[in-house]
Amino acid sequence: MPQNQIIELSYYVAAILFILGLKLLSSPRTARQGMHLAELGMAIAIAGTLLDHHIITYTWIIVGAAIGTVAGIIIAVWTPMTAMPQRTALSHAFGAAAAALVGISHYYSEGAHLPSGEMVALGVEVMLGSLTFTGSMVAFAKLQGWLPGTPMTYKGQNIFNMALLAGIVTATVWVIVSPAASTLFYAMVGFALIFGVLFVIPIGAADMPVVIALLNSYAGLAGAATGFALDNKILIIAGTLDGASGLILAILMCKAMNRSITNVLFGAFGKAPEVGPDTGVKGSVRSITSDQAAELLASSESVVVVPGYGMAVSQAQHAVKELADVLGERGIDVRYAVHPVAGRMPGHMNVLLAEAGVPYDKLYDMDQINDDFPRVDVAIVIGANDVVNPAARNNKASPIYGMPILNADKAKSVLVLKRSMAPGFAGIENELFYMPNCMMVFGDARKTVGEFSAVLKQKARAA
Amino acid sequence: MDSGLILWTVMMFVLAAFVGHHVIHGVPTLLHTPLMSATNAISAISVVGAIVVAGAEYETVRTVLGVTAVAAAMCNVVGGFLITERMLKMFKGNTGPKDGGR
Repeated sequence: MPQNQIIELSYYVAAILFILGLKLLSSPRTARQGMHLAELGMAIAIAGTLLDHHIITYTWIIVGAAIGTVAGIIIAVWTPMTAMPQRTALSHAFGAAAAALVGISHYYSEGAHLPSGEMVALGVEVMLGSLTFTGSMVAFAKLQGWLPGTPMTYKGQNIFNMALLAGIVTATVWVIVSPAASTLFYAMVGFALIFGVLFVIPIGAADMPVVIALLNSYAGLAGAATGFALDNKILIIAGTLDGASGLILAILMCKAMNRSITNVLFGAFGKAPEVGPDTGVKGSVRSITSDQAAELLASSESVVVVPGYGMAVSQAQHAVKELADVLGERGIDVRYAVHPVAGRMPGHMNVLLAEAGVPYDKLYDMDQINDDFPRVDVAIVIGANDVVNPAARNNKASPIYGMPILNADKAKSVLVLKRSMAPGFAGIENELFYMPNCMMVFGDARKTVGEFSAVLKQKARAA
Repeated sequence: MDSGLILWTVMMFVLAAFVGHHVIHGVPTLLHTPLMSATNAISAISVVGAIVVAGAEYETVRTVLGVTAVAAAMCNVVGGFLITERMLKMFKGNTGPKDGGR
């Protein structure tokens, strides 16, 4: 069989294995098996590529692959689960950079002679790759805490960004029409890099799940465009799968907040506390001690934990699991209610709780558990805020009005674990805290949860 | 590429988008973080494009760009799959004896 056909065949097999791999991600039982198939596909595709007759020397390939492999292993082994959003942002940056670099290299030597079909693909590839690279780096810096998580805005920002984007698109179209305009091409790269930064800085940290998903999509599409430019089928298929996945996740996240993608991207949500009309929050907050809270838990039969980003910040997931074990020994049913946008990336809370050893059949989606809350004795809200704010249901003046929330307020009692009374990300008062069935336990979540467990263990010993 | 070939390629892109849509919707919320790292690892298949550039003995500039791209993409391949596996290993059903009393 000629080389080219072997390569094409290896790509075809890889594509099937990738799709099967993703298909098997539909259940945690088969997911690992799926990943093995995808890994096999990757190995086959890479092995096939090494037969390419363009390749003259393997030295540089080995050098690049060795550097990447070592970096990949270091990142994979050392990243704590709480830092998974940052790691993901960084990997989008790398993926986008790879696409952009391949495109630039392609243009560098053949640019002036490329037919317009390939030039379209190359333009899209380099444009998306460049802006996704810097955009992802900014997202990374925000999530890592190197840049402030609050939106950075200035006057006329959206108009300026739109103008810049229009300029980039115009330059891209120009280069497609006359590929020899190399200065314009490199200017386009520069502007796309700048645009990536400006595009992400006005977006707040709590909206990062959407941004990460969207950047995921762009990185995938940049890869697909690379495939078009190189006439490489596997790149098109894998890039498109990635692009579809990112887009679907972004849409799911937006739905879970009842906001449009436009609002997330251009709304600078969470910038300033809304000083809107009277929010109607009245009454006082009841604060109780850990001992009292533990007593309440001891007398309950059914407990639901509502985790939020605060749980990740205070690394409380292991303490939460320990509390669940202590409660489980008393015959108390403990479940977890996970809001789709809890945390800083899709599925963030599920991974943290799984890390702590919580079996996944105890993790419930919003739709699965929301109707159960009235029968729940105690809901423990750990580091979550806006996703349990009843204002989303009944206060039309609230900026989060219409967002689907977890019905934690409908539980017989609600324990809210919080550092202080500071408002949540959206900068709005949480009506839940003022409800008669709600009690606050102030302090670091991990410490507080640990105290609950200690008191309950002591009770068990005394009995 | 002639226009017939372009048409084929575009059709493949559309088909891949359909398959992607179908398959991704089957992934439960529970596994959305691993899904993201898995698709990221898979799309790092762009390493094959980079490999050809790095190995083809083009001008130095191209080789440097190619090697950098190989490193970046390879980091995603290795890191992406390893971290996905690391996460998936943590997802356990309620089978252990310790969780018996549910």
